Amino acid sequence: MSTDLDFRQLQELAAEILGTDPEKVQLDVSFARDLAADSLDLVELIMAIEETYGVKLPEEELARMHQIKDLWAYLQAHEASASGEPPAASASAAS
Amino acid sequence: MGSERVVVTGLGFVTPMGNDIETVWSNLVAGRSGVGPLTRFDASAYPTRIAAEVRDFTAEEYMDRKTARHASRYCRYALAATRQALDHAALDPSGLDPDAVGVLLSSAVGGMEEIERGQTTLLARGPRWISPFTTPMMIADMAAGMIAIHFRAGGPNFAVVSACASSAHGIGEAAEIIRRGQAAAMIAGGAEAAITPLTMAAFCQIQAVSQRNDDPTGACQPFNLGRDGFVMGEGAVVLILEAAEHAAMRGARALAEIVGYGATADMHHFTAPEPEGRGAARSMQQALARSGLAPSDVGYINAHGTSTKLGDIAETKAIRTVFGAHAGRLAVSSTKSMSGHMLGAAGAFEAAATVLALDRGVLPPTINLDDRDPECDLDYVPNQARPVRVDLALSNSFGFGGHNACLAIRRADAA
Repeated sequence: MSTDLDFRQLQELAAEILGTDPEKVQLDVSFARDLAADSLDLVELIMAIEETYGVKLPEEELARMHQIKDLWAYLQAHEASASGEPPAASASAAS
Repeated sequence: MGSERVVVTGLGFVTPMGNDIETVWSNLVAGRSGVGPLTRFDASAYPTRIAAEVRDFTAEEYMDRKTARHASRYCRYALAATRQALDHAALDPSGLDPDAVGVLLSSAVGGMEEIERGQTTLLARGPRWISPFTTPMMIADMAAGMIAIHFRAGGPNFAVVSACASSAHGIGEAAEIIRRGQAAAMIAGGAEAAITPLTMAAFCQIQAVSQRNDDPTGACQPFNLGRDGFVMGEGAVVLILEAAEHAAMRGARALAEIVGYGATADMHHFTAPEPEGRGAARSMQQALARSGLAPSDVGYINAHGTSTKLGDIAETKAIRTVFGAHAGRLAVSSTKSMSGHMLGAAGAFEAAATVLALDRGVLPPTINLDDRDPECDLDYVPNQARPVRVDLALSNSFGFGGHNACLAIRRADAA
């Protein structure tokens, strides 16, 4: 699997979406507890990750991830060639 | 219950006339126009290419990055104006009973910029690329919701929508909430950010907006013979309304008192005012009746005065109907001549300008008034501010749909 992913890029992307500093996005921090991400933030994060990395990241997949390292591992395992595909996640979390 | 007097103890501004109270006031008194070339988008294909835009506004001075990112533009303005108004009033809702302070923050159209952006994404890329924040950003009540969250104000919370009269109705209704004892204070006002491609195109098609593109500061000419429509504005203005007893108890200075409120419908047309101004006249009569004061007590009217042919004449007739011979003795001015038309924030801006005029003893002028329309035959305070002590003033606001609102505002020490 690809190992040329840039962690700094993920830090910056997540920080932009979650309104925090890139340095606070570390492998062992929690989305909800440490980064105060709510369900809408996570849908936005999914969209940004799918766009940037060309991977599909189903919502239920993200729901199982508690820390940045879970997302990082997923990206390393799934870094796609299939960029440009529509995202798999539904953006209907806001009800 | 039902007898509380309601005073204004704080004001906040994010407007084309400035982003703080003293800048706004000095520009109003100097007769400076906030209109300039339209810069929010490329308007080169539009017949109107001027607007009264908010300038030099940095949301992060008032809120954290994440809040700013998830708030639509009109909500960012509203949060900033609320921060200023609460500071001005020295009121901190988080230190009070959660029911004590409510929010009635109006917007005529809500997050139009975000709706248009979402629609563009939808057509270009499809439904799965629509931001989950589209709904909270587009709805017109979200400023009220965000203010409650941000400032811990847990009382009555909603928006009143009546187009260009929205925040005048909002202030009137907020005062009633205090009067009936449902809140000790209300964060009341309006916010708008509708200088967008679709909204501008739509207003151009109504032929209601000025096309004087080569003279932006001279474009808005209420009551002037050469007027050719209003100028689109934007921004947010917030007033802290408070039960007089509550304000006195905590030692807050009252800037003015809201003594009356009238609300009527024209029953006439989508966009055109009823030509005789009968609905407008009834709203002024109601506001006066509620105040218990006489028409002859009124010294100043902040007119709706948008600079449209029909509107300015109908309002002039309405004032003549209500005041008879006294109409010739009172001063009327349109601050829209300077601020442009802030739509859902207009009523709040004009109520705030009226509060300052009463408190500081200077009436802001109607600028660009050199050749008065013969059918507009009142004293419109042309071009120069006028130092004069007034006890009682009205602020008129009329909206598409035929909605009329009038606020009667008294100088704090005139009671």
